[in-house]
Amino acid sequence: MLFLEALAFIVDPANLLGEKGILPRLVDHLLYTGLSLGVALLIGIPVGLIIGHTGKGKNLVIALTGSFRALPTFGLLLFIILFTGLGLWPLVFVLAVLAIPPIIAGAYSGLDSVNRETIDSARAIGMTEWQILGKVEIPLALPLILGGIRSATLQIIATATIAGYVGLTGLGRFLIEGLAYHDYTIAFAGAILVAALALAADGLLALVQKLVVPPGVSRGSARTTHRSRWNFRPAVSTGTHITGG
Amino acid sequence: MQWLWENRDLVFGLSLEHVRLSVIPIIGGFIACIPLGWLANRFRMTRAIQLTIFGILFTIPSLALFVTLPSVLGTKILNPINVVVALTIYAIAIMVRGAADAFASVPRDVIESANAVGFSSASRFWTVEFPLAGPVLLANLRVVSVTTVSLLSVGALVGNGALGYLFINGYQRDFPTEIMIGIVFTLVIAVVFDQILVLIGRILMPWARRPRRSPRALMVRGAA
Repeated sequence: MLFLEALAFIVDPANLLGEKGILPRLVDHLLYTGLSLGVALLIGIPVGLIIGHTGKGKNLVIALTGSFRALPTFGLLLFIILFTGLGLWPLVFVLAVLAIPPIIAGAYSGLDSVNRETIDSARAIGMTEWQILGKVEIPLALPLILGGIRSATLQIIATATIAGYVGLTGLGRFLIEGLAYHDYTIAFAGAILVAALALAADGLLALVQKLVVPPGVSRGSARTTHRSRWNFRPAVSTGTHITGG
Repeated sequence: MQWLWENRDLVFGLSLEHVRLSVIPIIGGFIACIPLGWLANRFRMTRAIQLTIFGILFTIPSLALFVTLPSVLGTKILNPINVVVALTIYAIAIMVRGAADAFASVPRDVIESANAVGFSSASRFWTVEFPLAGPVLLANLRVVSVTTVSLLSVGALVGNGALGYLFINGYQRDFPTEIMIGIVFTLVIAVVFDQILVLIGRILMPWARRPRRSPRALMVRGAA
């Protein structure tokens, strides 16, 4: 059975280390993911917070996230690689570009979900704009901000899988090599590894989301708004991510 | 442009293929989510189970799912069924939560009123709950449609990506124009699908012109 053969491939210590081993490729996959996420956060979080706090550029967010969803990331990756050439930084650039819209959308819709009256009250008791942002808006918006980061991370992990196709490594390399050489055991093993990584990352971030968010917030208004936002204005929703890129 | 003209048959054929392969998951996902969403809304237990299962499936990157499915379904790896099934799974995963929320957004007193005037539960569902859940279902279906159209191209790596073929071919030939044309045609298909869905929504649900007003229904539920 293919599944068992693939499992056997994964647990075989001979496949763990070495140049084409599971461990170095996992490390590479995590490296791509970490770097891209870092770059995307550096840009996405401030932009999202500014838009969310000021309310300016709302339409930009909606347009950005809407068209981003339609963009075939696989094609975009190959297109950009043709111009920039192979390498770590072109890949990080593409992955970061893909991850920025969900991060901005999460930060924006998080701040947008904060009750107007709460903000006005904070202003009325004399908080500065920075204090409002740091002590009122961000804590209340955390579930949605983290939701956006979670989507972005999964998006990056999924698209980094395809990076195996453009000569880089990462866990996707098993999939690509397996397909190229019609060795479906290896391809299947790659699929299991990638899926496991995505699930682990998702679980970990879900845990962080639970731990970081104050208990009153996670079950409160933000959650409800999150759901309604997801339903009625899918353009800015962060409730989902696009797998596979 | 010249390349496009010379290869118009290829691009047209791939576009048709793209439409064909993405329509099935979109419609299939929509049909499947109606009973699933209803179940999820009706019983808290099934809701948790469904959301967990589809949440996990949705987290799996598409390429991994494309490669895994043949051994689950017993199909050949190059069979287009694999891609169609994978995209249908994603479609259901997106829709099921939305559908549950859509049915939950139907005001309680409307359902009670329908009961009071003597609707059977089946006719109440089809003539009261389903139409009222329509706008929310449509909003979710639009997300599904756009996502499906753009994800399909990854299938090119397992031989069934329709327009995604242009990405791989353009990359291998070091010919960015071809990739760009693939991207543009994918976007065009996504936009056309979206507009068709909006149009269908306008025709079938003329009362829901302004979707912005409906979040209230959910707020009410959230508070209850």
